[in-house]
Amino acid sequence: MVGAMALGLLAVFAEDHFPLLMLSTVMLYATVALGLNVQFGYTGVVNFAGAAFFGIGAYTSAELIGHTALPLGGLFAAAIGLVLVFPVVRTRGHYAAVVTIAFSVLFQTFLEVNDTLGGPQGLSVGPMRLFGWSFADGPVLFGVETSFYLNYALAALVVLAPAFLMLRRQERSWIGLSLDAVRLDEAASACYDIGIRRAKILAFVIGNLVIGVAGALYGGMLGYIAPTSFTFSDSLILAAAIVVILPEKLQAIQEYRFLLFSVVVMAILLFRSEGLLPRAVRRYLPAPRDSEEVIR
Amino acid sequence: MIQTESALAVDTRGLPLTPERLLDIQGLAKSFGGVRALNDVSFSVGRGEILGLIGPNGSGKTTSFNVLTGLYRPDGGKIAFDGADITGNTPQTVYRAGIARTFQRSRLCLELSIFDNIMVGNHARLNHGLVFNLFQRKAFRLEVESALAEATALAASFSPKLGDAMFQPVGALPMIERRRIEICRALISRPKLLLLDELSAGMTHDETHQLMDDILAVRERQGGLSIIIIEHEMGVIERVSDHCVVLNYGEKIVEGSYQDVASDRLVQEAYLGSE
Repeated sequence: MVGAMALGLLAVFAEDHFPLLMLSTVMLYATVALGLNVQFGYTGVVNFAGAAFFGIGAYTSAELIGHTALPLGGLFAAAIGLVLVFPVVRTRGHYAAVVTIAFSVLFQTFLEVNDTLGGPQGLSVGPMRLFGWSFADGPVLFGVETSFYLNYALAALVVLAPAFLMLRRQERSWIGLSLDAVRLDEAASACYDIGIRRAKILAFVIGNLVIGVAGALYGGMLGYIAPTSFTFSDSLILAAAIVVILPEKLQAIQEYRFLLFSVVVMAILLFRSEGLLPRAVRRYLPAPRDSEEVIR
Repeated sequence: MIQTESALAVDTRGLPLTPERLLDIQGLAKSFGGVRALNDVSFSVGRGEILGLIGPNGSGKTTSFNVLTGLYRPDGGKIAFDGADITGNTPQTVYRAGIARTFQRSRLCLELSIFDNIMVGNHARLNHGLVFNLFQRKAFRLEVESALAEATALAASFSPKLGDAMFQPVGALPMIERRRIEICRALISRPKLLLLDELSAGMTHDETHQLMDDILAVRERQGGLSIIIIEHEMGVIERVSDHCVVLNYGEKIVEGSYQDVASDRLVQEAYLGSE
């Protein structure tokens, strides 16, 4: 249903560059949020290097433009995450957070001194090409020439939808249960044979894989990437679509938009602290049981 | 009189115990900084036996559970379980060997459902492969259905209401139901030894006895389950334990049947102080 809605939106804006760019960005940020949610939301593994893994994906696609860019961007981010996860599982709480912050800063510095990757000037990313389908030209649909951003919007949907479906499937499985148990009570989980390290490594790697794929597509879409796009402070605001959409929609009220934006964020924290869409109890199987009563 | 290890040929019901002990703890020691939480503690549990572990607050009862289940590494001593040495093993391997426990302060995942919480205890018997969980949907469905049937039956044997509400979050339930779920979580994997850490905490006298009856009924059905129970409510200990071990300041001061230890001078001094 959400997919149909997104397709509908794409059809409405098929000829306009800017709304399509915004829409694609929202979908890619949503994909990143899914990845971060597996890490922090389910398993409780903090990752303040989200933007860095996003950047790893983007830089991969800059170097390897072509139909291997997306999977390779994801795999590369996952592989680097697999190295970083070892200091992360050896630490807890604030210290684990510090490890990821350090990596985030390290990543930016590495990009700035690395001439092969463009140094502080960054890199231009050639238009993407998937199996002979060039993303540089707008596809002609029903005789109408559409914006070339439609390619990226469709690709973003193709990245977002399976990521959403697969991660939901994972959440509704024994794996999802063990991730939750690790977050809620590590010691008790260990007493029931749940592998704490395995759960954390799995969540970290899967999350970064998803983030990396989104980053690879994002790089291709922007056409130009620089170290400053993937800093620690970007990791902090990666959280939600609202970050992208709201400031744009509020252009009309000029500087006051930042004030209003802060008010919205605080209102959400105060009144919907469990999130705009709170999580339902895990059902495992699609068929709902309705013969339930509340125990008193 | 106080029984010694060699005199334990029969249990309190006069039945001969199998010569092989299920759990054998020798000279267990654990210190936290300068505090000796456990000092040269030895006791054993026979197959099918219920051992009461008693003593004043801070005497080392919960610490011995934590060492036994691998949460703490012992500083000295040996733990043998079911013929294998499990000294210093991780909580995961201890659990796989067949020891399950409950916690003094209820440690359920409050936002998760009853079924989820019981399944945490069933972890070792579920398939956690990534491919199985994501792609083999038919096999996964079968596993969920059989696990749900088993967990529902177990929960219903404690309270029919629990069995009807497997997908309710645990946080909304009263204390007695939470205790029941915690015991289901420990029993679902069919352990050989169950460690109950202060069952009565937060419950009334009657609720505690009711819960104990339910546990004994499940024990009857599963057959041969041994239990170590930590309890301050002496009525419970008197009723269910075959044998008692009394700790004080991290040392075993007395062991024997409930009647023996209750009338022992050292035990009375430990609880009430000496003149």
